[in-house]
Amino acid sequence: MNRLKIRKAEELFFRVIMFLATSVILLALCMIIFSILRKGLPALSWSMISQLPKGGFYFGKEGGILNAIMGSVYLAFGATFLAFLIGLPVALYINIHLHKRKKLVNGIRFMLDVMWGIPSIVYGAFGFTVMLYFGMRSSLLAGMLTVTLFIIPIMIRAIDEVLKTVPTGLLEATLSLGSTKSETAYKVYFKQGISGIVTALLLSFGRAIGDAASVLFTTGYTDNMPTSLLQPTATLPLAIFFQLSSPIAEVKERAYASAVILTLIILFISLVSRISSRHYHKHKIK
Amino acid sequence: MAGKTKISIENLNLYIGKQHILKNVTTRIPEKQITVILGPSGCGKTTLLKSMNRLTDLYSNVKVSGKIMIEGEDILHTDTDITSIRKRMGLLSQRPYPLPMNIFNNVAYGLRISGRKNKMVLRQRVQHYLELVNLWDEVKDRLHDPASSLSIGQQQRLCLARGLSVDPDIILADEPTSALDPISSEVVEKKFFDLKNQYTVVVVTHSLQQARRIADYAIFMYLGEIVEQGEASEFFSNPKQELTKSYIKGLFN
Amino acid sequence: MKFYNITRALRSRLHSSWMLTALIFSLLLPVLLAIGLYLKSAPLLHDQHLFTLLFSKSWKPLSGHFGMYPFIISSLWVTVIALILAGPVCLLSAIHLTQYARPIVLKIMHPVIDILAGIPSVIFGVWGILVIVPFVGNYIGPLLGKHITGYSIFSGGMVLAVMIIPFILNILIEVFRTIPEELTEVTLSLGATRWMVVKHVLLKKAFPGIISAFSLGLSRAFGETIAVLMVVGNVTRIPTGALQPGYPLPALIANNYGEMLSIPRYDSALMFAALVLLVIVILFNIISRYMIHRVEKNI
Repeated sequence: MNRLKIRKAEELFFRVIMFLATSVILLALCMIIFSILRKGLPALSWSMISQLPKGGFYFGKEGGILNAIMGSVYLAFGATFLAFLIGLPVALYINIHLHKRKKLVNGIRFMLDVMWGIPSIVYGAFGFTVMLYFGMRSSLLAGMLTVTLFIIPIMIRAIDEVLKTVPTGLLEATLSLGSTKSETAYKVYFKQGISGIVTALLLSFGRAIGDAASVLFTTGYTDNMPTSLLQPTATLPLAIFFQLSSPIAEVKERAYASAVILTLIILFISLVSRISSRHYHKHKIK
Repeated sequence: MAGKTKISIENLNLYIGKQHILKNVTTRIPEKQITVILGPSGCGKTTLLKSMNRLTDLYSNVKVSGKIMIEGEDILHTDTDITSIRKRMGLLSQRPYPLPMNIFNNVAYGLRISGRKNKMVLRQRVQHYLELVNLWDEVKDRLHDPASSLSIGQQQRLCLARGLSVDPDIILADEPTSALDPISSEVVEKKFFDLKNQYTVVVVTHSLQQARRIADYAIFMYLGEIVEQGEASEFFSNPKQELTKSYIKGLFN
Repeated sequence: MKFYNITRALRSRLHSSWMLTALIFSLLLPVLLAIGLYLKSAPLLHDQHLFTLLFSKSWKPLSGHFGMYPFIISSLWVTVIALILAGPVCLLSAIHLTQYARPIVLKIMHPVIDILAGIPSVIFGVWGILVIVPFVGNYIGPLLGKHITGYSIFSGGMVLAVMIIPFILNILIEVFRTIPEELTEVTLSLGATRWMVVKHVLLKKAFPGIISAFSLGLSRAFGETIAVLMVVGNVTRIPTGALQPGYPLPALIANNYGEMLSIPRYDSALMFAALVLLVIVILFNIISRYMIHRVEKNI
């Protein structure tokens, strides 16, 4: 009977610390969001969002970071679009054309997973060397292309995860109706996978807008609105990073406010992604 | 009904979420006989089997009502520790699931956790149970190999030995031969015949032939309900319900 | 009608070739990365031996000394601390979520893990400066009798730990989910308690998967840049303790891109650092992904 008691105590002990471990994770997230909001909200004002910086991002205490917000939005939209142009066909190809070659497909997935693990600073450094090679200056375009490379693996794998679940029968049925493989791809698989495609787009957009290391070398930084692909542009993560390294307290405050903006954008994207995946789920054939 | 009742189930209802999986199931399982639970897949037969040793506790969102009496003790409403109730029932699942240990420890594990640690005794008991399932001669020279190195048929017999090692009086088997080749399944089936002198055996199967070969008592389920049950001889030769008749003629599946 | 069919066939051909091109391009990407970075670091590799670069302690860009040992050691410190902190939490939580937790807990934790994984690195950095650095400086330091600013390897490790938690946890949950439920059922039937099933069977079965998840987390942490850079102190010195400032490899690259074109060979050195990062991360990834792949196949 003693043995039973010891066992019960051991189990109880571990259940408690397991519960604590899960709570710590929940707590960490709450703490991050809370501390950012507490420090940043007081400094946040309408002019932060609606105006350009006055007196330089490093010293200026006036104006806003509209240029960085717009720069990031352009950058993320462009990169997501380009990555989609490459990612969607690849995901369709490995699920339709290579449908029977399981080993090859698994190999490709393996490679993509490995690529997902490559740090963004490496993409940034690579983008930088290519930029120098072609004699380009840092610009919105260079940043966009670098971020595109960085989110391609994410895009492909996220779409692929959903296309994988399309039943084989559907492929066979549409092919036997006389559709070509690419018609099947864009008409049938696209519709079946729409929920995953939306999620993949949002996921990639979130990565693109939030990543700092890959744009550090490639987009440069200015106080102006981005007007051309070939001009340098400010981005939100770098706005936070640079303002925070300023010695002036007011500028630091503005960094916290910028952090609130970025955090809210990310939370909004994640919310939309949850809602949309629930919404599109209804139309899927299982 | 011939023989004593080992397990009696009264008005058992089981819901998972809003799904009604078992509907008013009432039956008696005779001691030291082979009871076969039959039915098409998805009829709730596996759930019925698992509720007998409360593995249904593992499911989330599950609600159970009714009574499951084993020798007079209602295992759904009892203060007795659930682990000691489960120990009285050996479980054999569809595919063999050897523990991630060597062959010897697969059988010794159950003995160890119930407190038998003496090496001599352990060795004796392990040999005894491996002999009981006709596996000893095949594995006696490689007891320290991982259990996963055995063939599927050998693994299933090892799992049977493991189930017997904790000295249960009931054996619950969930389609125990469905993953096996014909020869191994014959060995397992024959084993059930030997075992029924000592054990109460409950087998879930969807193979009608197998049911005819081994059953003493048969229960036929459809959509969560028991349609018909009775002595095997009577059940197979003279079914009362239309549904049972068409099932036995092979009109299902 | 015939014309229609011809254009259809043509279109299909075009689509298929674009798909194939895109696929080949995507798969060649890591090779392109490696070649590009190698070409840029070749001049430096030509001058100096690989081992000198990796293991020399002397980092003096102005006089052409590019020994990266201090940065590599800093990186190791930070990542190992991150894993020591995140590993046990992830393992315990993964067991909790897959074996014990009620559906409602899973419903809460799923979005929590997703959001945590989606928070940008720079936000973690801000949080690190706001919370972790003062915490380390005001509590951990004095506790050990030291006066420090808080910008230290330990702060970097703590921030990194939180960043890799969702990543490791997701893999671990997947690993535990692939273990068949029946294994739990048969072990319970032998009279084991739920915890004994975990301790004796599931942990053993999941062991290779756990190791892989940890090493993937390690490689993720190894390449993380901005957040670490913001809290780690960035002092070029071989650290001898966790409360000292450090200067990990990615931070080195990010911090010096501005001046690298004005000092000879400096750009080569930084691109070489990026190449080292790439090679280490890819190796780690290949080994651990391969192990996970094997585990999932064997079950």
